[in-house]
Amino acid sequence: MITNFLYSFCGLFVFFMGFFALIACSHPLRKILAVNVMSTGVFLILVAGAYRPASVGDIDPVPHAMVLTGIVVSVSVTALALILACRVQETSNLSLLRPKSINGREESED
Amino acid sequence: MLFDSSSWIIAPIVLPLMAGLFCFLFTRGTFAISVVASIANLVTVVVLHRQLISFGPTRYVVGGWRVPLGITLRTDGPALLMLLMAAVTGVAITFYARGYFSFRIAEPKREGRHERQQRFFWPLWMMLLGSLNALFLSSDIFNLYVTLELVSVSAAALAALSGKPASQIAAFRYLLVSLLGSLSYLLGVVFIYKIHGVLDLDMLRMAASGGPALGAALALMTVGLLLKTALFPLHFWLPPAHANALAPVSAILSGLVVKGSFYLLFRLWFDVFPGVIATPALNLMGLLGAGAILWGSVQAIRQQRLKLLVAYSTVSQLGYLFVAFPLARLENGAGVWTAVTFMALAHACAKAAMFMAAGAIFLQVGHDRIRDLAGVRACLPVASLAYAVAGVNLMGLPPSGGFMAKWLLLTSSLASCRWWWGLVIMAGSLLAAIYVFRVVSRLFVIPAGEPLRACYPHSILLEWPALILALISLLLGFAAPYPLQLLDTAQSAMALFYGGLP
Repeated sequence: MITNFLYSFCGLFVFFMGFFALIACSHPLRKILAVNVMSTGVFLILVAGAYRPASVGDIDPVPHAMVLTGIVVSVSVTALALILACRVQETSNLSLLRPKSINGREESED
Repeated sequence: MLFDSSSWIIAPIVLPLMAGLFCFLFTRGTFAISVVASIANLVTVVVLHRQLISFGPTRYVVGGWRVPLGITLRTDGPALLMLLMAAVTGVAITFYARGYFSFRIAEPKREGRHERQQRFFWPLWMMLLGSLNALFLSSDIFNLYVTLELVSVSAAALAALSGKPASQIAAFRYLLVSLLGSLSYLLGVVFIYKIHGVLDLDMLRMAASGGPALGAALALMTVGLLLKTALFPLHFWLPPAHANALAPVSAILSGLVVKGSFYLLFRLWFDVFPGVIATPALNLMGLLGAGAILWGSVQAIRQQRLKLLVAYSTVSQLGYLFVAFPLARLENGAGVWTAVTFMALAHACAKAAMFMAAGAIFLQVGHDRIRDLAGVRACLPVASLAYAVAGVNLMGLPPSGGFMAKWLLLTSSLASCRWWWGLVIMAGSLLAAIYVFRVVSRLFVIPAGEPLRACYPHSILLEWPALILALISLLLGFAAPYPLQLLDTAQSAMALFYGGLP
């Protein structure tokens, strides 16, 4: 039981560490990493909750299924966030190189 | 009987998802696929409505795997009204997007760019529609998390579609904010699973008992969902993301996507855990809603650009949905339920119509600075009319759906001697009138001595879908008995099953 609580509180701690980083860091890559750390914290709590003492019986399979689904979701979301961050980087560099596109920016809806 | 089969419930999820996959696979005919899928979606929703009226709420066990292992879908009054909202708005947006993209491809600013945008728009839009439908039908809090993520991934990708730096920065922020919201919701789900050991909404309703742990779980879920619904003061991400996207995308985001997380929040508070929620929490929601109404309206009045004005008006209209929270607990709470669904339906139609009209104006005039929009009705008569009619709904004049909703809220607030909520609702309508007339007066008055605006040829699809949606929102007041009947059917059946009313 103590172990279970220890892991759960670790998970919660990791979640809020990620939350703090998401708010405090300004670099896009750090923000993406922070979201990943947060989801790891949630998964840690879930897996810790699946634990049962050996005398009670088998571990609970449902949290494991949830963690697997959650990992799939978090991988795809991270991919999208990375692509978006790259695009932001590219387009903002482009507009720095070519002042024309800055002037045209407000006018065009492209 | 074909129309009585219980398998119809999976069609609103499977049809758009299949259409999305086909749109990725094929380069030609993507518009045809999307139109067929969205109309088929509307038809299945109508069939589901007929089933609900004749059989009452139903549950469908996907793949035959029973709870707690499997996933269930269910239909009831609120879920079906939301499905109807998404289906009707979806058909109109699909047609409008066709007109929008064909106009832009005919007048290209940069070669090949608009073809590429159109190519990615259709699959993303169909996936978004499918996942929204799944969100409305799911009956399992973890499955709801997955649908929430699906919605936010496709919505963020759509928001970034326009490709200009401002919209990409806004889309990146939008994605991060919705991820934060989803994770907070997921942490709440984990807590609830630890407390009760079940994920199904109906089983949770029966198992729910108060306590600090459940309170913490609900607080986490609520904050996450509020962030995604953009309730004041968590609305900061909404105006840039909605205003910088392409016009059909803005219509989707403002009309439908914010309603998804709101629906889930409403479901949790009033359907699953009604006994656990304390009155101060309801009052806090009402207070934030009142703040949203006033702040959003004032910001909308101050905007210089049309699309930003419409986006801030979304912030303010979302406030009405939350002002209903403290009123819903009273004796005549059922009326407030109806008011909220009405508000959501009417706002989805009106706001989508407004963004469509704003997009058409942007394409024809080339900018959306409000002070230079004088006399636009000369070249866009139908779109200008659509904007004005949608504005009537936002102001809450009869017979619009917005009027019905505000009337129900107002009577309920006066009947329960909580007149201050009524005061906020009326002040919001007045402010809405200011920001609507500020634009409408420019659109319709052609200044004397100036030549008429030059006009590019455009297809009727650029203007008419907006007007039809705006008219639906205007005439929704006449259809008031129908949603009432649906909610009654659903509620009496629920009362039979669970002995309690939401």
